[in-house]
Amino acid sequence: MTNEELIALAAQEAEDAKKYRYCLDICTGTGCMSSCSDAIATAIEAEVRERGLQNEIKVKQVGCMGLCASGPILSVQPLGLLYREMTPEEGVAVLVSLLDEKPQVEKRIDTLQPFFSRQERNVLENTGVIDPERVNDYIAVGGYTALIKAITEMTSAEVVQEVLHSGLRGRGGAGYPTGLKWSTVAKVPGELKYVVCNADEGDPGAFMDRSVLESDPHRVLEGMAIAAFAVGASQGYVYVRAEYPLAIKRVKSAIKAAEKMGLIGQAICGTPFNFRVEVRLGAGAFVCGEETALLNSIEGNRGMPRLRPPYPAQSGLFGKPTLVNNVETFANIPGIINNGGAWFARIGTEKSKGTKVFALTGKITNTGLIEVPMGITLREIIYDIGGGIPNGRKFKAVQTGGPSGGCIPAEHLDTPVDYESLKNLGSMMGSGGMVVIDDSSNMIDMARFFMEFSMEESCGKCAPCRVGTVQLYNLLGKFQAGIATEEDLTTLEELCDLMRNTSLCGLGQAAPNPILSTLRYFRHEYLEKIQPSVAAPPEEAL
Amino acid sequence: MSPTTPLIKTFTIDGKPVSATEDETILDVARQNGIDIPTLCNLEGLTPTGQCRLCMVEIGGTNRMVPSCVAKPDEGMEIVTDSERLLKYRRMIVELLFSERNHICAVCVTNGHCELQAMAQRLGVDHIRYGYLHPRFRLDGSHPRYEVDHNRCILCGRCVRVCDEIEGAHTRDLRNRGIKTLVITDFDGRWGESATCTNCGKCVHVCPTGALAEKGKSVAEMAKQRHFLPYLVMRRKGLKK
Amino acid sequence: MLITNRKIAPPADDKRWKIVDVTMRKQGYSPTALIETLHTIQESFGHVSGEALEYVANSLNVPPSKVFGVATFYNLFNMIPLGEHVISLCTGTACYVKGAGEVVEFMREEYGLEMGQTTPDGKLSFVVARCVGACGLAPVMILDGKVVGRLSPDQMKTRIREWMSHDE
Repeated sequence: MTNEELIALAAQEAEDAKKYRYCLDICTGTGCMSSCSDAIATAIEAEVRERGLQNEIKVKQVGCMGLCASGPILSVQPLGLLYREMTPEEGVAVLVSLLDEKPQVEKRIDTLQPFFSRQERNVLENTGVIDPERVNDYIAVGGYTALIKAITEMTSAEVVQEVLHSGLRGRGGAGYPTGLKWSTVAKVPGELKYVVCNADEGDPGAFMDRSVLESDPHRVLEGMAIAAFAVGASQGYVYVRAEYPLAIKRVKSAIKAAEKMGLIGQAICGTPFNFRVEVRLGAGAFVCGEETALLNSIEGNRGMPRLRPPYPAQSGLFGKPTLVNNVETFANIPGIINNGGAWFARIGTEKSKGTKVFALTGKITNTGLIEVPMGITLREIIYDIGGGIPNGRKFKAVQTGGPSGGCIPAEHLDTPVDYESLKNLGSMMGSGGMVVIDDSSNMIDMARFFMEFSMEESCGKCAPCRVGTVQLYNLLGKFQAGIATEEDLTTLEELCDLMRNTSLCGLGQAAPNPILSTLRYFRHEYLEKIQPSVAAPPEEAL
Repeated sequence: MSPTTPLIKTFTIDGKPVSATEDETILDVARQNGIDIPTLCNLEGLTPTGQCRLCMVEIGGTNRMVPSCVAKPDEGMEIVTDSERLLKYRRMIVELLFSERNHICAVCVTNGHCELQAMAQRLGVDHIRYGYLHPRFRLDGSHPRYEVDHNRCILCGRCVRVCDEIEGAHTRDLRNRGIKTLVITDFDGRWGESATCTNCGKCVHVCPTGALAEKGKSVAEMAKQRHFLPYLVMRRKGLKK
Repeated sequence: MLITNRKIAPPADDKRWKIVDVTMRKQGYSPTALIETLHTIQESFGHVSGEALEYVANSLNVPPSKVFGVATFYNLFNMIPLGEHVISLCTGTACYVKGAGEVVEFMREEYGLEMGQTTPDGKLSFVVARCVGACGLAPVMILDGKVVGRLSPDQMKTRIREWMSHDE
């Protein structure tokens, strides 16, 4: 497909859209789908047919609209109305009210509330707007123009430069500069290189990547194809966790559709650039989110991390130079290529550019998916966008970074959200899960919850993580039961220090963070559980 | 750089100036220079995996530590192999290994020949601060000549590697993960019934502890013979000395 | 002819093995197809049996111990068949914060099931999911493939009782 054909197709789509009076979009992401949102679409469609209004009313199944707490959500365009907690009958009622020219007021969501107005949507600009199963919908909103621009108007070095300029950093957690990663892979000589999309979103409490893949899969594919062009790769893999069946289905169908249009495959757009993509499924192992473990898993092995160096950029998948980026990182690429790196870098803080998608969950009023500019404070996210803590309870902490992150207490709510600030607080950006904890939760319980997770997900390769996680879990159990000693506290801290410094991979090194951060901010909760009267048990001999 | 003149890097280990070729690891160079870095999973002739973490060394001027069995030095690096901090970590790791399974030296066939025991003595580990996990494992004595006792296994992976890399049978691998990891034979079957095992006994002799042993040995009788390993590595590479 | 190229016959005359064969053929019987093949087996048979492991090992020329090692490394593959009904409880952070732990207790008390267990009569299996990514609906459970969310722990217990009694 050429640029002209793409523009013509987009124009045709726009023309087609004009003929409809109303377009009713129903969220069919995993969240709303579990409340049978597809049945709402079917019911409204049936009503439209019955009334013979197929040429006036369009019913569309779209991706996540963000406010998952109020799902299933129905959106009415071009009026810009949103309706919450819909059922098939209520969906039909909304349709009827529209036809009567008196759009229903009941169950309407206030679209001016901060949840919507404070967000800045780049990665999520199409989610909840386009039908993820129709490539034409993506093209209608300017999809694949960045890819065609990159391969027909730019050199691969220019593409890398643009990404470097943007200041984009890896959205998977560690925040490594994306442009730097790309330029390294580009420089390594090799006939065969790979581009891998890490969609093994294993952090419990995170669903950003799932939503992006479910709602706008072509955007990720386009980002991958641009990356492949930039680094000289010809084969791509999307490694998706098997727990995300809908995301898998939509990515697979997106690949097929893009191949059919000639946007992926041989001689793309008449250029010598070839790029094929396949999907590989995870099988329930958190450690596979670590990039070298992920590569082992794609190769059909136990998902154990590899030693670095060599880095995947030099010797990655099947020993070839490999670029591994996360879903959200790739999803940022089309915007950067279309609008330039400077456009991207205008948002954010000095070292953290652009916007970041977060999954806001736990004890918060507006649970859902949000995208905010870097540098926004935690307070703005939790109280303005998130709507605060429900049921009259008090905010206690927000957990970011999953099992590798930490709990941030109220006194640090005015911290700007960026990679460095969160790290300084003893937590981390992570992939974007934000779980709010209220005063009904106990921090030792939280720490032990994460330690149990790390213990069960440890691959077992290195001794500090394999045995250390178990010992830490058991020690926290003593604190929970109120039978801990002063010595246990020392042992706890020493073991955390050991794991952080000697574990083989990043997951083992970060596993003590939930304990360390709760010790830092909620130490009194640990001290309260120490029994000073209990004498230390006699030392056990070898 | 021309491929005929190998790049030589100079650096220091514990203050001593040393040099390394491009292929050599920090551990290789240390050994050449008579500096003894503790190791447990490492065995010359097998692919190093850096998993026991005992051979970690400090890079001077930074807070960083690297496993010396796999890490290659950079020009000008100042490597520290022995410090209070390293000793503390190494002790803790050995203690963790002791707490993981049931290591009772007094009744073990390799008592006196055991690398874990020697390591504990070398590092001055005289008690274990961590709670013993006391797992339960059944002894597999189904093989006519050898037996496996998982109570004494430290999951160093030497047996897995020697069987795959040297013998070429890949009879052994690991099952499950994390603390539930266990060395297995074929489809987790009994050793004596293995269809792939060649009964060569290499795994028994590379095992650092009493987990793999010859049958009929009594306490402290199982010394390991490893002279075959460098020889076989050389033969299989087609090299002659 | 190389012994590695010999054609391996499926363990039984079951159509589902043909689906497994298709997966392996698509990837040229490469050893790297191991995990994909295990996925197909799990999907087609509901579990990965000993004979399936043997068939895959032979077909893809992967050592038996490695096949077993890979199959047990990943949580998704189960070696024994699940019960007639499966309740899968999400134990991700958001679900945990909202009381999923109470349901774990409930399953133990009411049905005598620990996580990962099946009742002796093979009627009910209790499995846990690390996070199904529907955190907006927390706490979440999946009853025979249907996602049920946004209930309080007490409502969840009632729902499980109802769901179980419908079967009688």
